[in-house]
Amino acid sequence: MLSRTADNLYWLARYVERAEYLARILEATQRLTAMPLAYVGETNEWESAVATAGCAAAFFATHDEANEETVTDFLAFSTENPSSIRNCFEVARANARAVRTALTMEMWEAINTAWLELKRFGNQPASREEIARFLRWVQESSLRFDGSAYRTMLRNDAYWFSRVGVYMERADNTARILDVKYHLLLPADEHVGGPLDYYQWAGILRSVSALTAYHWVYRESLKPWLIADLLILNEQMPRSLASCYENLVQNLDRIAGNYGRQGPAQRQARAIRGRLQNSRMEEIFQTGLHEFIGAFVDDNNRLGSALTQQYLA
Amino acid sequence: MAVAFDEMKGTDGEIRPAYSELANWLNGVRPDVLEYRRKEAELLFRRIGITFAVYGEADAQERLIPFDVIPRILSALEWETLSKGLEQRVKAINAYLRDIYGRREILKAGIVPEDLVFQNPVFRPEMNGQKVPHDVYVHIAGIDIVRVDADTFYVLEDNARTPSGVSYMLENREIMMRLFPELFSRHSVAPVENYPDELLATLKSLAPDSAPGDPNVVLLTPGVYNSAYYEHSFLADKLGIDLVEGRDLFVKAGIVYMRTTQGPKRVDVIYRRVDDDYLDPLMFRPDSALGVAGIMSAYQAGNVTLSNAVGTGIADDKAIYSYMPEILKFYLGEEPILKNVPTWRCREPEHLAYVLDHLEELVVKEVHGSGGYGMLIGPMADKAQVAAFRAKLKLDPKGFIAQPTLALSTCPTCVEAGVAPRHVDLRPFVLTGRDRIRIVPGGLTRVAMKEGSLVVNSSQGGGTKDTWVLGK
Repeated sequence: MLSRTADNLYWLARYVERAEYLARILEATQRLTAMPLAYVGETNEWESAVATAGCAAAFFATHDEANEETVTDFLAFSTENPSSIRNCFEVARANARAVRTALTMEMWEAINTAWLELKRFGNQPASREEIARFLRWVQESSLRFDGSAYRTMLRNDAYWFSRVGVYMERADNTARILDVKYHLLLPADEHVGGPLDYYQWAGILRSVSALTAYHWVYRESLKPWLIADLLILNEQMPRSLASCYENLVQNLDRIAGNYGRQGPAQRQARAIRGRLQNSRMEEIFQTGLHEFIGAFVDDNNRLGSALTQQYLA
Repeated sequence: MAVAFDEMKGTDGEIRPAYSELANWLNGVRPDVLEYRRKEAELLFRRIGITFAVYGEADAQERLIPFDVIPRILSALEWETLSKGLEQRVKAINAYLRDIYGRREILKAGIVPEDLVFQNPVFRPEMNGQKVPHDVYVHIAGIDIVRVDADTFYVLEDNARTPSGVSYMLENREIMMRLFPELFSRHSVAPVENYPDELLATLKSLAPDSAPGDPNVVLLTPGVYNSAYYEHSFLADKLGIDLVEGRDLFVKAGIVYMRTTQGPKRVDVIYRRVDDDYLDPLMFRPDSALGVAGIMSAYQAGNVTLSNAVGTGIADDKAIYSYMPEILKFYLGEEPILKNVPTWRCREPEHLAYVLDHLEELVVKEVHGSGGYGMLIGPMADKAQVAAFRAKLKLDPKGFIAQPTLALSTCPTCVEAGVAPRHVDLRPFVLTGRDRIRIVPGGLTRVAMKEGSLVVNSSQGGGTKDTWVLGK
């Protein structure tokens, strides 16, 4: 297929996934900040939300204060923030339009309808309820798009490149949450975290929609090292780094199998998956959670460049 | 201006046979049902994303062309005449282009004035003596037809460069079949859905001899910002070919390749929807970012087919149009089946004098204009507009032609006040391959939605209708 088509499909999937992630961050933050201070402490959750979205620098270049209003506007509706939900949908649709022939009708309609709806939402909705509705709608749009892709696309390189986009973005997002919140997940020396941390942990799990999953997997109350385990190493958890890399390797292998040639992207993805598979949570904590995540983010970026060079340019 | 001929009611009010079923149905259908279906159609178009862009309007990035749910109907006999006439016309156009870029016999015979060709910006000296694959220049033509009475169809314009609109022909039919299945069961309507297959067969038949048995055909688009981008992606999809932009292609050692995820792949036929001017920055406009550097050298080496050929503008130019009946007779030795609209060439002094005397009743067109821009419709214009145009015309008579204001035929159309006659034209699409000419029965009917308006261009608020050719 055309390299440009593959590139568009890849980024289309990434932007839809990113919009959903931003919606979940905003939702989780709204929930945390709605609680009395006694439960969550004096941290600025809105500042943390901007950092988790990976746009702290851009945000503080134009804003002095991170609060509910400024952050919601910046992450959801701003036209200046290239990664706002609004712009994610704009770019996703522009990409979809450029590769309409590679999309099924259902996928196009999912993305086009979302884009048309977004126009109807207009500027920032006034009330918290409207914003909540908006954030739910964003997640549903992403589900509809993803579901249409899964149910209607031919299983060929177009599908695989779009899946690669989803898992690259997902891995990146999960890693970013871990990077910002890692201090909350460090095992406490003496006692397990008090109620303050508890709600923070729940917030982390919510932003990757894994609160229920946690209980099913561990059948325990929230423990930071188990949360880290779930998000990093647990292959059952669809947003864990390990699961994302399992899927990346699979989809890249399908492409390579189809083209009859392996390349740097496949080798790198396999190496990263190997590192995740051979890691134990205790070792990660010993050598440093923050360092581990930092190294992963670098690896993930390198895979992105390899992919671009090998297929998309 | 004469009373317009109505395709349903003729001039005497009696329902014409092709429309009898439709007239019955229209009598029985409740107005709110029509209105409801119209809204449904609009929703479908919007959801599918069938939009177009209007140049020079900031906010009109993506607009819908109004769609009228009442079909326009042609009888089998009418279509038979039309399709014969179209085939004849396109044959003559191809013979003329072969000659203009070859031996130039028509110029030697003094039938077409030399300066009209050589001083014409759409003439491409680069194509002189250049052989094109299988000697066919215009592979896809959109011939605009208007009707003035029961028997007279005129060719209004030959579109021999990159004619658009065929996606509407196909989508209008799809939507009509979804909305009005009962209407189709009461008529026998010739299908148009095989157009993409016919087009692909045509394009493949034109591949250069050096191409492999199954040539690689692509559609070259200027990109998402082009007003016809929807059509480009639609056609590429229906044909099952890659939709490429200039940056997806490159030329190496006289061969055109596209960049794919598996490395370079050779391209044999390019259905290009990019104008000549933008095709190759090395040969034409050096500032073009839409084209492919070196593509002309590959073309001249005979390694790739460009569809349509380069330089076909010299056939559909408005200045050449008025010579088309003579051109046709010169090459085919036949009388034209489809007539031209009577045309005054303002370059000729007697013609100019007549036009200046009758501006109020004529339509005056810029020779190089298109899309309904830069024209004067005498009967619709006020005194100041006529005066301004007169000055423009005197300054550059060669730049204009004039035609009588035709009473274009009308068809019943849904308007706010109910169903009323509106003026229509027709653009059938003619495909010329190495082997034969293919025409699917029908075309794009454009309708002027405003009462009395004769301008059907979508950029000027015109709409479209499904066009039905009835079986025998």
